Amino acid sequence: MNKKEAAQKLIAMFGDLNWIGVLHSIVVEASKYIIIILFAIYTWHCFTVFIGKNIERQDKIYKRQKTIMYTIHFICSLVLFLNSLSMQIIGFYLAQVLFLMFADRAYLYVYRNLSKMVMNNMLMLLTIGFLMIERLDTASAIRQMIFAAAIMFIGLFIPWLIERFSYFDRFGWVYAGIGILLLALVFVIGREQYGAKNWIVIGSFALQPSEFVKIIYVFFIAALLAKSTEFYDVVKVSAVAAVHVLILVAEKDLGAALIIFITYALILYVASQNSLYLLTAAAMGVVAALAGWKLFYHVQVRVQAWQDPWSTIDSQGYQVAHSLFAIGTGGWFGMGLGEGMPYKIPVATSDFIFSAICEELGGFFAICLILVEVSCFIMFVNIALKMTRRFYKLTALGLAVEYIFQVFLTIGGVTKFIPSTGVTLPLISYGGSSVISTMVLFFIIQGMYVLNFREEGQDETAAEPSEANEGVPQTKWGRKRDAYGSARGKKAGKRKQAR
Amino acid sequence: MDRREAKRQEKENKRGNRQILFLTYGVLAVFLGMAGYLACFLAFDSEDVINNSHNPRQALLAERVVKGKILSADGEVLAETVTDESGKETRSYPEGRAFCHVVGRTSHSLTGIELEQCYPLLTSHNNPVKQLGNTLRGRKNQGDDVVTTLDADLQRAAYRALGNERGAVVALEPSTGKILAMVSTPTYDPNKVAQNWETLIEDSGEESRLVNRATQGLYTPGSTFKMVTAMEYLLEHPKDYGDYRYQCKGTAKYGGTKINCYDQEVHGKLDLVTSFAESCNGSFAGIGLRLNLSSFQKLCKSLYFGRELPVDMEHNKGRFVLDKNSDEAEVAQTSMGQGKTVVTPLQNAMITAMIANGGEMMAPYVVDHVESEDGRTIKQYDPKSLGQIVDDWVAEEMNEMMKAVVKEGTATSLRGLSYQAAGKTGSAEVDSDGTTNAWFVGYAPAKNPQIVVSIVVEGVGTGSRYAVPIAKKMFQEYVGS
Repeated sequence: MNKKEAAQKLIAMFGDLNWIGVLHSIVVEASKYIIIILFAIYTWHCFTVFIGKNIERQDKIYKRQKTIMYTIHFICSLVLFLNSLSMQIIGFYLAQVLFLMFADRAYLYVYRNLSKMVMNNMLMLLTIGFLMIERLDTASAIRQMIFAAAIMFIGLFIPWLIERFSYFDRFGWVYAGIGILLLALVFVIGREQYGAKNWIVIGSFALQPSEFVKIIYVFFIAALLAKSTEFYDVVKVSAVAAVHVLILVAEKDLGAALIIFITYALILYVASQNSLYLLTAAAMGVVAALAGWKLFYHVQVRVQAWQDPWSTIDSQGYQVAHSLFAIGTGGWFGMGLGEGMPYKIPVATSDFIFSAICEELGGFFAICLILVEVSCFIMFVNIALKMTRRFYKLTALGLAVEYIFQVFLTIGGVTKFIPSTGVTLPLISYGGSSVISTMVLFFIIQGMYVLNFREEGQDETAAEPSEANEGVPQTKWGRKRDAYGSARGKKAGKRKQAR
Repeated sequence: MDRREAKRQEKENKRGNRQILFLTYGVLAVFLGMAGYLACFLAFDSEDVINNSHNPRQALLAERVVKGKILSADGEVLAETVTDESGKETRSYPEGRAFCHVVGRTSHSLTGIELEQCYPLLTSHNNPVKQLGNTLRGRKNQGDDVVTTLDADLQRAAYRALGNERGAVVALEPSTGKILAMVSTPTYDPNKVAQNWETLIEDSGEESRLVNRATQGLYTPGSTFKMVTAMEYLLEHPKDYGDYRYQCKGTAKYGGTKINCYDQEVHGKLDLVTSFAESCNGSFAGIGLRLNLSSFQKLCKSLYFGRELPVDMEHNKGRFVLDKNSDEAEVAQTSMGQGKTVVTPLQNAMITAMIANGGEMMAPYVVDHVESEDGRTIKQYDPKSLGQIVDDWVAEEMNEMMKAVVKEGTATSLRGLSYQAAGKTGSAEVDSDGTTNAWFVGYAPAKNPQIVVSIVVEGVGTGSRYAVPIAKKMFQEYVGS
């Protein structure tokens, strides 16, 4: 049922009453301003929550953010329902609420002192993704939620897993082997889509292995560079990392190749504390970019479409031009959910979902969204800073860089800030591989954060918990230490060996 | 664990944190840049971007906004949307045929101002509270109005003067580039495009009613091109152009082709000014052969031959094809305005306006500003200079020559005005049967030009006889008698 039919049906149901039409437009029209205001408050709290050390205040703010999330979710679902009068929307809405509540409770219980900010942001971004995909294609949104729910359940076991295998950092070369094998497999049996060969199709499932390789790859680099940053070792690791990049370039998966390259350069820089490596990587990056531009036609096409999408609007420039039409037409306040034409944007549910959000929810909302993504990154970095084991530190940093750089590539690409590379917006874009791998990324960081606490807890005998911990009350801290006390001694021994 | 050990431990833990912080600041800077870029796009560039005929969202905007009006400079309604009692909207053009090409149409693809200003017309900048009230009551908001630079009376005068002939008239304000009038005949009724569509597209021959001849018609410039030849001669002979002499015998031979003056009239002894005033073909063919072709080509390029005109309208590019390899006959023909050179009436108007404006060319524009329903200016279009094309002494010398055309040359019928006019006639032969297009480009008053006209009438005869009278009517309408 389209919007007009729905409005007519409403009028028919309640008699020819003017107020029902008025009500409909009030909800649809007013909702867009309310959503922007609420989301702006949410974003504001992302950055102001750590002012002062008042833990009660912080907890209050986290609760408020959750309330905002549920409210935005409710308003948007109501608008989607009024625009379609479909019972499916109500059912799906209830399923999503259950999902969000389950995730929230279960994780607080299992991960004890997880970073609540990161958790809130993850759920908020997932919610925005669900709503936008639902507006474009309900069936896709349902699939997306099923994937998210499944991985949310599996994610509950990650702390347990990390606890059992705290010697994750021993298998550096194994990770590299798995990564290269997976990528090579795609090269052999992969299928091409949107010009990049990065899909494996098994039955009715399509997988994008590069999404998972990205995570294993960080383990590989972090594990080896945590052990040694002697020149000879760096050369060895660099060569193997380069193999990853080259396979991805050969598969024309430029976005993933770029992400992996940048991640390597930045982890190396932090591990070695040597700016010379950073400069070398930057120089190599420039040379590689120029060579890619000279050698590959598909790179030239992207650059052309970026420089001037208007003169090739019917061919190369089509995607970017239509993305800009959507963003421009939406303006600051957006057209309102269901009021725009985001379905005219190519691949609107995945690579170009940011443009669809801009069009219907508005430029203010979109800028807040960028800030929330940045807040996620800052939280990751914050966690990386607090980590005591080098392997954890480097892994957290590597995952943080992968996350934020992918956000940069997508948003930059669809707004014509940089040439578009065709990557998804983490947690928001439709795509099983993408949403699963990003959620795993979030869980690993959370898991390491929790674990790091525990290890530190026994070394420095609960020294200054308020500084290390982002605000867990003293009582919880104590309880947690009791609960996991048994695992401590073993791990302390390991750490000393490793050093 | 002793204290030293603890300290060492702490240092070890923090190793790399400085680098991490450095990277974080880098990331923050990049993201602030990106958010700022997005904000700039929304604030400044988005309007131009969405106002693109490839943007499929007009229908969407039209559901919420009643398309605004298109107005003449003095507020006459040229296009408006009328809503009948049942809520059906029709786009109405009260002034009808006289404005059909420049204002454009909305049925069967957008053209003219309707195309160029489609999104501004469909965007409402009314009081936001009032807008919200309208939206909530399910009413449409009134879109912004587009106020043009067109002088409605001048436009109608030009339309009447062209009568039943095929042709085009462009009038510009030389100091700003404002388009004061733009008529192309034959016309069509913009109110009945849908009904008459079949017949309109059938007449693909000479009629071509849908084509805006003023911007899309490519005409041989005839003697009006002598302005360009003369300017190039002045530029190449800044000291001794006054010494130029030519003996006209009514016919001359260059590179194997005979060049005749119109009606083989014998002009006798001429200098540069009288050659121009009498429009002597033999004299100008000879001048052309003495010119440096590559600098001639450069001048033509600066006059937008072979380049997109800097206007937001559908238009065609003029052509000038001489180069070092051209043979004598072609150079001779081209210099007097025949040959392969073609020009649109608008481009010819720009060249003339440049001379009238002391050598500085202005970009022509037809939309003065966009205003909201309650009269606030939303966007003002300002005059845009395209640069000093020729030195002011060249423009001054050209002014003298073009005044001579009116005083003693081919446009003496403009002498009757109370002020001095200036210009150049042209009679361009377009086929071997002697079919001739009449041209006149000129301006008035010559001392302080207020209006530039560029007129072409197809297949009627000489410029003096058929184009100059139209110019006279327009000068009378705009400047006075």
